[in-house]
Amino acid sequence: MTRRFLFLALATALLVGGCKPRDTATPTAGSTGAGAGSRVLHLGNGTEPQDLDPQIVTGVPENKIVNALFEGLVAYGPNGQGTIPAAAASWSISEDGLIYTFNLQPNGRWSNGEPVTAADFVGSYRRILNPKLASEYANKLYPVVGAREFHEGKLQDFSKTGFKALDARTLQITLKRPTSFLIESLKHYAWFPVHLPTVEKFGGLERKGSAWTKPGNLIGNGPYILTEWAMQQRVIVDQSPTYWDRAALRTDRIVFYPTENIETEERMFRTGQLHKTNELPLDKTDVYRREQPESLRIDPLLGIYFFRINLTRPPLNDKRIRRALALAINREVIVEKVTRQNQKPAYNACPPMESFTSPVRLTGDLAEARRLLAEAGYPDGKGLRPIELLYNTSQNHKKIAEALQQMWRQNLGVDISLVNQEWKVYLDSQDTLSYDLSRAGWIADYVDPNTFFDLWRTGDGNNDTGFSNAEYDRLLEEALGTSDQAARRAIYARMDAILMDELPIIPLYFYTRTYAANPRLQAPPNLVETPNYKFIYLRD
Amino acid sequence: MLRFFASRLLQSLLALIIIITATFFMLRFVPGGPFTSEKAVTPEILRNLEAHYGLDQPLWKQYFDYLGSLAQGDFGPSFKYPNRTVNEILADKLPVSLELGFLSLLVALLIGLPLGILAAVRRNTWVDYVASSFGMVGISIPTFVVGPLLVLALAIHLGWFNASGWYSPIDRVLPCLVLGIAYAAPISRLTRGGMLEVLSQDFIRTARAKGASELRVVLRHSLKGGLLPVVSFLGPAIAGILTGSFVIETIFQIPGIGREFVNSAFNRDYTLVLGTVILYAVLIMALNLAADVVQAWMNPKVRLEA
Repeated sequence: MTRRFLFLALATALLVGGCKPRDTATPTAGSTGAGAGSRVLHLGNGTEPQDLDPQIVTGVPENKIVNALFEGLVAYGPNGQGTIPAAAASWSISEDGLIYTFNLQPNGRWSNGEPVTAADFVGSYRRILNPKLASEYANKLYPVVGAREFHEGKLQDFSKTGFKALDARTLQITLKRPTSFLIESLKHYAWFPVHLPTVEKFGGLERKGSAWTKPGNLIGNGPYILTEWAMQQRVIVDQSPTYWDRAALRTDRIVFYPTENIETEERMFRTGQLHKTNELPLDKTDVYRREQPESLRIDPLLGIYFFRINLTRPPLNDKRIRRALALAINREVIVEKVTRQNQKPAYNACPPMESFTSPVRLTGDLAEARRLLAEAGYPDGKGLRPIELLYNTSQNHKKIAEALQQMWRQNLGVDISLVNQEWKVYLDSQDTLSYDLSRAGWIADYVDPNTFFDLWRTGDGNNDTGFSNAEYDRLLEEALGTSDQAARRAIYARMDAILMDELPIIPLYFYTRTYAANPRLQAPPNLVETPNYKFIYLRD
Repeated sequence: MLRFFASRLLQSLLALIIIITATFFMLRFVPGGPFTSEKAVTPEILRNLEAHYGLDQPLWKQYFDYLGSLAQGDFGPSFKYPNRTVNEILADKLPVSLELGFLSLLVALLIGLPLGILAAVRRNTWVDYVASSFGMVGISIPTFVVGPLLVLALAIHLGWFNASGWYSPIDRVLPCLVLGIAYAAPISRLTRGGMLEVLSQDFIRTARAKGASELRVVLRHSLKGGLLPVVSFLGPAIAGILTGSFVIETIFQIPGIGREFVNSAFNRDYTLVLGTVILYAVLIMALNLAADVVQAWMNPKVRLEA
């Protein structure tokens, strides 16, 4: 009898436990988000952040939280584009484009009340460039005099670099040569300042991953402070009382949820746990289009989906075959029938942006593709060995690969075998050139064509195709030093033309970011997914 | 008895060392490393990173260094989450998985045992058929189907629960129910089988002949023997609930250890992989030992021998 009693007692305990009032920080299930007047945002944020140290992290989920806790010199404007002052109130650029002088916000403060000084910025840059810290994004600072040398250990004296604190509120940065995208790249978190005394206190400046980024320890200069960080559960940030532009903030608290499983994330949105998802499953997109278009958002994203070609392996070392493959794809069918999230077919290597829209377009028809293949010695694909198409294991990549396989077989008679590998194995295969064709994607770090053209420089760590073209490399250097925007655009167009002629890659489409959002959520689309939380809030 | 424990302990320790060694070296021979990423870092940065984590040392030295720190109870830093140590992550997540596992097991027993007993006692009646069908269905439908279905019905349409999370007590209900049902099914079938075997024995007939009530026959005379198959199933099952909660943890966004176990391998987070593997190995060994001991206690025919 005691056994039964025990079961009963446990069952009761379970039931009673289940009836406790729920956590108030979570919106109640069944409601459509937090109630009117509430200024709390609940955002799906992809994966669990690795860390919150802007000099250590490397991913998009981290970027979204770091932008709440820290502030760079400049930031994106109200429509998600352009440049507005942030930690710097104003700045000037010398005639020769080499010296940038920033006047910091007179009221700029760390979250512990201390003023944000030019010395804080210089000290932070010294930390990120310290080789012992092993920061993965330290090379973002390479345009500055001495930065690269210091980072590679060839220069010991940091005062010889181009970072200078002229006085408490004036920061001067001297470049090696004019770099037209410098202001754009300053919006990247590698350029954000950290509070050195705090970093020092929790394990020193050279230690990667100390406790300084934990709640209660973290001192930032951003609009929000870190209140809670429960691993794989949520990160909560609240308005910083010391932020210089606090009046501009229209959200009191933001809760970021790691949402690795996008089906789960979508269900969280439907129960009202989230105001915004990070992604939307492909098969849900059409459902949202049909049933609740007001919650569906498709933003442009500065990125390209393409295929790398291994130029070191026959038969794809033959330009004619590459061109035949590139021409025999119906990109419109791919984006309309397979990817279905308003992606734009790509006929060149660089997605369009405000400062640059490439005039280059891969043109040619099926007849030309067949003729090229025959010229290369493989009429109707006869005699050509099966070509391997590599992709990382994913349902979406598989669908695209299968569509291409069919198009190439039908249009050219070329036999393609599909190979999928787990993510890191796939990256390794690409890196060691152990593939024929490999699916790839590239999302910009900052809004400038350089981020796309830099990839194909001879020996670049991301080239992974064996592509090497002296003229291309020369033009890349020339573009960096050209301050006249029209001339620069012309150079990039020439580089794009080289790429579409040599075809080390086959472009497929330009990315979009598709997600579900509460219709009241105001969130200007940003091309590189870098938020400015002053402009993200729930409308009344 | 003492010899039994000493010998089992020694065996386990040996097995553990083999597991650690195999995991350590297998991990290193897998293509890709913790710093392999889509945006490649420069060779200088990669060198700095490897130096920072001691990966530039010869492999044998890294292995012995690892064993050395392990002997002091230090699992090392995580590669993926630089501001957390593996010890912190395990300490953070193990309780969550234990809670999930314990509650699910409770659900499994609360559903599985009564159903199995009822089915055995009312053999070949509609009660038996219903219980057996539940068993079949529960075994056949995987949790990743049951989970989303329950969320759809109870969270999205009825609005009783959150779709996912592990924040308040009510968030425990759905995942524990789903995982519990998955284990209730085999438990009910094993209970039914075990009970049927005992109920057909002579001493039960004797008890009935002496006028014992049906309730007394079942609870007093048959249960202990009838549950033997369930107990031998429970050892591996508890280990399975703890290690196999990956799917449930993913569907319901639960910060448990199952997700780290799987994701750390994808991230090539060497130290975290080793940490979770060691933890699971110890858990499984301990639970199997416990199952053996309990079985010996319940069944006089079983002896604990080295």
